[in-house]
Amino acid sequence: MDHAKATAPLLDVRDLRTYFHTFSGPVKAVDGVSFTLAPGEVMGLVGESGGGKSVVGFSLLGLIDPPGKIEGGAIRLGGEDIARASEERLRRIRGREIAMIFQDPMTSLNPVRTIGAQMDEMLRLHTDLDEGARKARCIAMLESVGISRAAERLKAYPHQFSGGMRQRVVIAIALLASPRLIVADEPTTALDVTIQSQILKLMRKRIAETGAAMILVTHDLAVVSEMVDKIVVLYCGKVVETGPAREVIADPSHPYTRGLVDSIPNPKDRKPRLAQIPGAVPDIRDLPSGCSFRPRCPRAKARCAEVSPTLAPTRGALQAACHFPLVEDVALTGGARA
Amino acid sequence: MNQLLASQFVYNYRRNVSAIAGSAIILVCVLIVLFGPLVAPQNPYDLTQLNLLDSYKPPAWIDGGDPRFPLGTDGQGRDVLSAILYGTRVSALIGIAAMLTACAIGTTLGLLAGFYGGRLDAFIMRVADIQLSFPSMLIALFLMSAFGTGIDKVLIALTLVGWVVYARTVRGSTLGEIQKEYVQAARVAGLRDGKIIRRHVLPNVLTPLIVIATVQVGTFILIEASLSFLGVGVPITQPSLGLLIKNGFDVLFSGLWWTSVFPGLMIMAMVFGINLFGDFLRDELNPRLK
Repeated sequence: MDHAKATAPLLDVRDLRTYFHTFSGPVKAVDGVSFTLAPGEVMGLVGESGGGKSVVGFSLLGLIDPPGKIEGGAIRLGGEDIARASEERLRRIRGREIAMIFQDPMTSLNPVRTIGAQMDEMLRLHTDLDEGARKARCIAMLESVGISRAAERLKAYPHQFSGGMRQRVVIAIALLASPRLIVADEPTTALDVTIQSQILKLMRKRIAETGAAMILVTHDLAVVSEMVDKIVVLYCGKVVETGPAREVIADPSHPYTRGLVDSIPNPKDRKPRLAQIPGAVPDIRDLPSGCSFRPRCPRAKARCAEVSPTLAPTRGALQAACHFPLVEDVALTGGARA
Repeated sequence: MNQLLASQFVYNYRRNVSAIAGSAIILVCVLIVLFGPLVAPQNPYDLTQLNLLDSYKPPAWIDGGDPRFPLGTDGQGRDVLSAILYGTRVSALIGIAAMLTACAIGTTLGLLAGFYGGRLDAFIMRVADIQLSFPSMLIALFLMSAFGTGIDKVLIALTLVGWVVYARTVRGSTLGEIQKEYVQAARVAGLRDGKIIRRHVLPNVLTPLIVIATVQVGTFILIEASLSFLGVGVPITQPSLGLLIKNGFDVLFSGLWWTSVFPGLMIMAMVFGINLFGDFLRDELNPRLK
């Protein structure tokens, strides 16, 4: 990512650790995650359920509720470490600098308040515009996310909208205060497949126009492959692979990412069965020794049980946390798996 | 709003006889509360209008009745109908005022308990549990005997008895609401807790309270009547329906039944009407019964 290095990063997360202190010991939901994000860059944060993706998102906003706590690491937003910012400062950051889009548009709008009231709230909180200007801004924003008759629709309640339209409204609200960073937590998971790509295209387009950076949290590699610049793959709270999106999708070097990529259905490839990763995500309170992915990994060897691998360059611009990364030919590894 | 009035709710209301009957009774009570003193034949508490010679006149349709006193008179020659018109006002206003304060306090505590959880939640809910473990009459009696009687004391007693049900209901719904993403979204937008609670959580937990509040007015009218009947309720200068019953009770077994029975019927009608309407509201507003 040459351009990421050339410009100062907008967001620089270093060794972020967010633990939940439970009866059965600390749950290391996020354990030493690092990544940087340049202005305007779109990053995919990928992993299975329970991998700590959403916790990363909430940590950025300082919205980790007890018993959870950010135990260490730094979150630098334009040079300021917001992991240590006061609640007062964080409130100014939320919405204005970092906005968030949630998974379920059915519940992420308040059912008893009008769309207009909910949009206006954001502007009143984060801008000095007067009432007329706020209204004009809301209408313009609704139109820009593809909602017609926007002026009338301001008076509508969420239940009068379809799921896809609600998610458009949610996106409009997130963009209202012109944030520098948008965290989208599974923004299309709850939508019909036909609406998903529409919404993703819309997000991509609108965000490119505003110049904001975006973190797209998802479990679906197919979703990210179309629209992100780079990918960070999480497994059990740790980054297992990171690199430019194209390389990660086309030729990943970590066996876990390989498994994720292989489980994307490919219409050209008429296999009778879809590839899958054997086993399930381990209980995060009781991780296997060494590499967390070891019990499910086809390439695991004795060393994997002893030493936890750290992120290191493998091939091209890819970095993976694996003792035995897939550095050989794709054909060779493909043969090994077959 | 117009859409709401042309809705399922109004449709169901029109086809529900007991709801219409209940609201008709409530409407009559409201009219009595608003205009009772204007239409009352006499002011029963203006001693100059009373004549001891009129004492214990039976209702007008019974032998010895006087058409000036349709429902008869009490020992001071006071018109029972007028006393009921005045007394209904006292009873209903106490019931409504106590319901409003109990609702405000209970809802606030329930929101705080549900939203913040932890120790605050535990504390509020334990106080509520303790409150619930005492019979409400006992709490009221204790307070009245400790602090004396008076309308303000009745209100305090009723509020103390009544807030618990709101707190528990609101806490429960709040716990459900704060799981939803719109509350998270409000936090993510940088809203303060106070605003999130007022603008986002509160409007979403109000519906079940409408039913509770309606039925509670009836309950409070009954408790207040009981307290007044026991002599620890409203002062004799502002008699409620319960106090009228008590005043007549002394002579009830001498055959002078009308001084107690008519105020009693008024209480019954009022509470019956409120409960009929409350049942309708409960059926309408409970999503599980749809």
